[in-house]
Amino acid sequence: MAYEIVCGLEIHAELSTATKIWCGCANEFGGEPNTRCCPVCTGLPGALPVLNRRVVAFAVKAGLAMHCTIAPRSVMARKNYFYPDMPKAYQISQYEAPLCLGGHVDIETSAGPRRIRLTRIHIEEDAGKLLHDAYGTGTLVDLNRCGVPLIEIVSEPDLRGAEEAKAYMEAVREILEACAVSDVKMQEGSMRADVNVSIRPVGATEYGTRTEMKNLNSFRAVHRAVEAEAKRQEALLAAGKKVAQETRQWDDNRGESRGMRGKEDAQDYRYFPDPDLVPILVSESDVARIRAELPELPAERRARYIGTLGIAEADAALLTRSRAEAELFEAVLAQGVGVRAAVTWVVVELFARLNAAGRSVADLPFGGAALGRLAALVEAGKVNAGSARRILGSMMEQGGEPAALAESMGLLVVADEGGIAAAVAAALAGSPAAVADYRSGSAKSFGFLMGQAMKAAGGRADPKLLQAALREALDGPAEGKA
Amino acid sequence: MSAYAAGIATLDALGLAAALRRREVSSPEATRAYLDRIDSYDGTIGAYLHVRADDALRDAEAAQRTLDAAAKDGSTPPPFCGVPVALKDNLCTKGTPTTCASRLLAGYVPPYDATAVERIAASGAVVLGKLNMDEFAMGSSNENSAVKPVRNPWDAARVPGGSSGGSAAAVAAGLAAFALGSDTGGSIRLPAAFCGVVGLKPTYGSVSRYGLVAFASSLDQIGPLARSVADAEAVFGLLAGRDPHDATTVDRPATAAAPRIVKGLRVGLPREFLTDAVQPEVRDAVRRAADWLAAEGAEVAECGLPAVEHWIPAYYVVSSAEASSNLARFDGVRYGNRAVGYESIAGMYMKTRSEGFGAEVKRRILLGTFVLSAGYHDAYYGSAQKARAHIRNGFDRVFADHDLLLGPVAPQTAFRLGEKTGDPIQMYLQDICTVGASLAGIPALSVPAGFDAQGLPIGLQLTGPAFAENTLFAAAGCIERAAGCRGRFPDLGAAASAAGAGR
Ligand SMILES: [Zn+2]
Repeated sequence: MAYEIVCGLEIHAELSTATKIWCGCANEFGGEPNTRCCPVCTGLPGALPVLNRRVVAFAVKAGLAMHCTIAPRSVMARKNYFYPDMPKAYQISQYEAPLCLGGHVDIETSAGPRRIRLTRIHIEEDAGKLLHDAYGTGTLVDLNRCGVPLIEIVSEPDLRGAEEAKAYMEAVREILEACAVSDVKMQEGSMRADVNVSIRPVGATEYGTRTEMKNLNSFRAVHRAVEAEAKRQEALLAAGKKVAQETRQWDDNRGESRGMRGKEDAQDYRYFPDPDLVPILVSESDVARIRAELPELPAERRARYIGTLGIAEADAALLTRSRAEAELFEAVLAQGVGVRAAVTWVVVELFARLNAAGRSVADLPFGGAALGRLAALVEAGKVNAGSARRILGSMMEQGGEPAALAESMGLLVVADEGGIAAAVAAALAGSPAAVADYRSGSAKSFGFLMGQAMKAAGGRADPKLLQAALREALDGPAEGKA
Repeated sequence: MSAYAAGIATLDALGLAAALRRREVSSPEATRAYLDRIDSYDGTIGAYLHVRADDALRDAEAAQRTLDAAAKDGSTPPPFCGVPVALKDNLCTKGTPTTCASRLLAGYVPPYDATAVERIAASGAVVLGKLNMDEFAMGSSNENSAVKPVRNPWDAARVPGGSSGGSAAAVAAGLAAFALGSDTGGSIRLPAAFCGVVGLKPTYGSVSRYGLVAFASSLDQIGPLARSVADAEAVFGLLAGRDPHDATTVDRPATAAAPRIVKGLRVGLPREFLTDAVQPEVRDAVRRAADWLAAEGAEVAECGLPAVEHWIPAYYVVSSAEASSNLARFDGVRYGNRAVGYESIAGMYMKTRSEGFGAEVKRRILLGTFVLSAGYHDAYYGSAQKARAHIRNGFDRVFADHDLLLGPVAPQTAFRLGEKTGDPIQMYLQDICTVGASLAGIPALSVPAGFDAQGLPIGLQLTGPAFAENTLFAAAGCIERAAGCRGRFPDLGAAASAAGAGR
């Protein structure tokens, strides 16, 4: 039987506010264990949370970017459970009245565009970290991450397989990055996902029994986990067994999951509104103000690149993969470079080199404006394309200003009569056979001689001037013809 | 000790503050006098869990320097400069143990001061120590302290009321000029009534809870226990006001500041609290106080109070639900006492909490966990929230044509130690008159209004709409003057012998 995969994601993203959600502690990654905390974020007896309003603004911004309805009144609730990384023994989250409702994220799949519906986005606090056997035996607790603000983005079960799950998570990451509300650093755990997976016969309308895998922290892990879980479920059904509703632990090293907790052991979190906090009120004018601050989102930017700038779809997709890449491209354009040249310099020249070197635009020692000035030198005929590639190679290692590099590297175009004439003379003197061939009618030989002349000029001659001078030397003055 | 110092414990805090400013007595003298009394009598009373003897004397000397400097340059020192006071042991004090009278927190020293503690310190008061209470403020008799019970200064065979029993007993016995307590369902008012002192539970949101170890967050309020209405008003003035560390605090409306007079006040006597279930002498005291208020021009009449039957069940569901969550943090991981000899993390939690909490705390945690559980949540917690809204509406309707309500604080005066410990329901019914104001978030004050035939204090409760504390102070002042209780003090020598006989 052919099965269809049904999958929903709960994505947790840390918000990059300057301070934590309930206290004035710095919201920064890492630090010596238990140094970035205070009585409030470590839940000492008597300490009380006070909501950081920036967290609400950031979450509303993310919600608007994902087309959610913003609730004028939402409520923080306590999710009660015992675990040493949660020193209050409850997580302050939202339950019955979340901040953002509905919404959607559009994704591109190999089968074309798809719209993934959201259930909600809510605010909550992150927990600390447990360090197992990090210092001798036993488990130690680091509470630095306690009180780091999170949003949880809950999708409907609209994703049909591993590719879509991965594309959706990438799209969410792009949006959060564009809005500048999260660092979206998967490797630091600032974005992670819980994945629900079930399968059903193709054409069925009822959902199958789903399992959940928690805390997947890379696109690859999401893709692999969905694929492996669907296969596991399919094998169970093929063997006439049933899928058990359970939480499973995904082991990305081994590429497999194992059962952690069945439905009967499901925790009862005993949610209730947190009496230490007052309801969150967001006015229509707050929403309007935040909406006005929304940046151009990746999908909108891509559409503009294709529609207005006439960039090919594939290039537009590459240029809008991240905010940093799109901003670099636009900085190149801002130097007055033509769209086609800018695309070539960024996609063909720069991205290819970065790819080959395993680097990203974030590591570059120069900005888009410098690359734009380099492209402009080429467009103005001051540097040849080949020289410009050498200059770019140097910039990628040490940065620097293109014009100065062209000068110091001796790569400025030679356009003076003496220099051009010397190059032509050297080419003619060095290749008498080619000259004879040309004069006996071999047009091909002109190309060879042009190459020799450019070589003699060290590759720096203005190609138009050089061509004219060579033709004149071979054919006599242009005026004489006709 | 000067001749003056011997009488210090009979002054109210404002009186002592004035004497200190007039330099009739020094703060170290006053502090030493209080410490001596604690030495002499607290073995019987059991009000203190921790006495800051040396620290208090050092603070007193610093206060005296402030008083001396003020006298020299003619400036005004802080209002309670040099006055020895004490704090309930659920208020966090930086560097001083804060144990909530629980084994689980024995020896716990907070790294920060509660906002209320900071404000008391800013008033110049000298903190003598931390006061006994029912464990985590759960109880009505102070018999739930894991350390020791508190005895009533008027009769040491009797309870002081709870949960702020140490605070009330210390003020009544002259072991502190005033004390801070906390009130969740009557925990300031009941002990104030049993011990014959003034106790105020402020409007919810008036006083910051930051640094108060939470029992039930939507009900807890810190308030004063004092020897006079004027003291209670002055201490409340210090404590009240918005705190950026407590999101539930509010700025008091400007109308709350207006001085009130008794003339013209519309006073209701809820019939529900004048039934045969109330000790006759307590009922008589209510009627007598009604006459005193009427004599000063108040319009007094009996009235009905809707939804009273919902008070106790709604209170025990809401308070226990919140407590089950608030007390979950006492897991032995970071602070407090962790049990030894466990095999797993679940085992560590269970052993630590089983050994650390007393029976009443466990009862409330279990009750609260149950009422929030899947399948029961709506029937219990959900219904209690609805009942709470209904109770608020009931008060709103009554206060549409009343300025305040007058009634008993408890159905009877102080009972004997051990008398109700066997029956939690009987103990819970001690709160029958007080939990309504807690659920509605409105202010209520307990004021001494005489004594019963056994010489036990009778306290009356004044309840007003939100932010009407000034109305309560005006009416309480009238009752205080007419009752004349301020001139009567417990005989601590007799208390000691009674305690001996009771043992
Ligand atoms: Zn903090």
